[in-house]
Amino acid sequence: MSHVLAVLEQRDGALRKGSHEVVTGARRLADALSGNVDALILAAGAVRGADQLGRFGADSVITLTNSAFGMYAPEGYARAITERVKSSGYGAVVFAASATGKDLAPRVAARLGRPLAQDVTDLAVEDGAITVIRPVYAGKALLKLKIAGTPALLSLRPNVFTPVERPKAGTQESAVVAGPAGRVVVKEIKAAEAGTIDVAEAPIVVSGGRGLKEPANFKVLEELAAAFAGRAAVGASRAVVDAGWRPHADQVGQTGKTVSPTLYVAVGISGAIQHLAGMRTSKVIVAINKDKDAPIFKVADYGIVGDLFEVVPKLTEELRKLHG
Amino acid sequence: MKIAVCIKRVPDSETRVKIASDGKSLDEAGVKFILNPYDEFAVEEALRRKEQAAAGEVVVIALGPAAAQETIRTALAMGADRGILLQSDRIPTDGLEVAKALAAELKGAGFDLILFGKTAIDDYNHQVGPMVAELLDLPCVTTVVHLEIEGGKGVAEREIEGGVEVVEFPLPAVLTADKGLNEPRYPALKGIMAAKKRPLEVKPVSPGGGELEILALTPPPERKEGKIVGEGPAAVPELVRLLREEAKVL
Repeated sequence: MSHVLAVLEQRDGALRKGSHEVVTGARRLADALSGNVDALILAAGAVRGADQLGRFGADSVITLTNSAFGMYAPEGYARAITERVKSSGYGAVVFAASATGKDLAPRVAARLGRPLAQDVTDLAVEDGAITVIRPVYAGKALLKLKIAGTPALLSLRPNVFTPVERPKAGTQESAVVAGPAGRVVVKEIKAAEAGTIDVAEAPIVVSGGRGLKEPANFKVLEELAAAFAGRAAVGASRAVVDAGWRPHADQVGQTGKTVSPTLYVAVGISGAIQHLAGMRTSKVIVAINKDKDAPIFKVADYGIVGDLFEVVPKLTEELRKLHG
Repeated sequence: MKIAVCIKRVPDSETRVKIASDGKSLDEAGVKFILNPYDEFAVEEALRRKEQAAAGEVVVIALGPAAAQETIRTALAMGADRGILLQSDRIPTDGLEVAKALAAELKGAGFDLILFGKTAIDDYNHQVGPMVAELLDLPCVTTVVHLEIEGGKGVAEREIEGGVEVVEFPLPAVLTADKGLNEPRYPALKGIMAAKKRPLEVKPVSPGGGELEILALTPPPERKEGKIVGEGPAAVPELVRLLREEAKVL
């Protein structure tokens, strides 16, 4: 029997999107190891949404508080988690492969002297050992790894582990963590424009490439994204980011973000291998391109060959009808 | 300012991945290797910091096979002063073992900044920089897109979901570079010639094996053959129907 620690994130005192995915992944491991899931949150005080984690399979929810933990405190968080893992003994520690999780997990791993598998897309327990799948070579291959010894440390790629309801007690406890927050201090978060969703987190991504012809034409995609009733983000190919049309934060691909939305709409994107690397794990892919031989059609579930400046406004119109 | 940049030799992003006969590794035959693109941002940042200070040294360090000398020469051609190759034919899958080998070289060498790319585009381990920081007990900021340093203190910006985190840290520190930090320069011919004369020290190392065992390297599952719904705006209503009724995503 071996217990699993799920490390969750909060922002502004509310659990982050993705927390249910982390608990779901941790639950799968815990079931195979016949253990419990402890959900761990680091915060300045009580966290909204913590009482919901039992639904997704958390046996207990532990909130560790420190006045400096309202925002991410890399060293303070790493120390608190490491102490918890050392004192409680876990078979596995599961993080989100988010901006915070990918920064935090290596620190904890180094402090524990344990290996780390980042950005895991599947996991299992085989003959008592935890095995994971990770995309490598820009998604052109999948690496299957066995993690020897305990605890196994892993971070889960967002939007891959669909939350599953597995009601457990979800008992709540909280404790104050003493000590300094560390030398690295997050002073503030400059929020992106209100109402926008990050491409890495959005359930729907509408991406544009060189086919848009000029930066101002991205308005067509912004209108399309808006027609998805606030669930879509606008992404971009490397070509248009390098040309300065769109911010780097919106880039999908090998040197941008890896996304796995429910629906990915590629508009005026030819489908270079670097782009496919960033979006090939999307659940459904739609391509709109005037070149019927564009490689994007090879990975698309549905394609429309045509002038995007005619097709996209029509799609926007149809979606508006749908969403009233 | 004395700056170390840890770099990696990786297959070009255009590489068609062919899996070797052991079913666990890349078939390197015919593969072109490059300086990891994220490491270019780190090298560029180091050069700019040195140029601004008009003093200091930029040292590039790689763990890799003998052929990684070429990768180090690329960074020297950009303008780095000297290189160190920690030579090993085997690069551990376990990033912590890579971090230990680099930390052993960096320890006590008096660097003000130790820079990395945020991840390598082969294994995507995304961990060696912060692990080195922990092993050396140095402050660390990862995935930096903007950096200001003044008088022993730095302010970095890193992109997070839905915004940018503004992070303060003291020097010496470890930073990992993300795209957006700068525009890496192309080595000029003069730089390429000069790079040939710059010192490149080769030190054999034997990193530990670590505790990650590769069971298999496989191609990703093929996406099932899609369909062209139609041509032009006339195909849109059918697309919307398919997305609703067949794919059930609307």
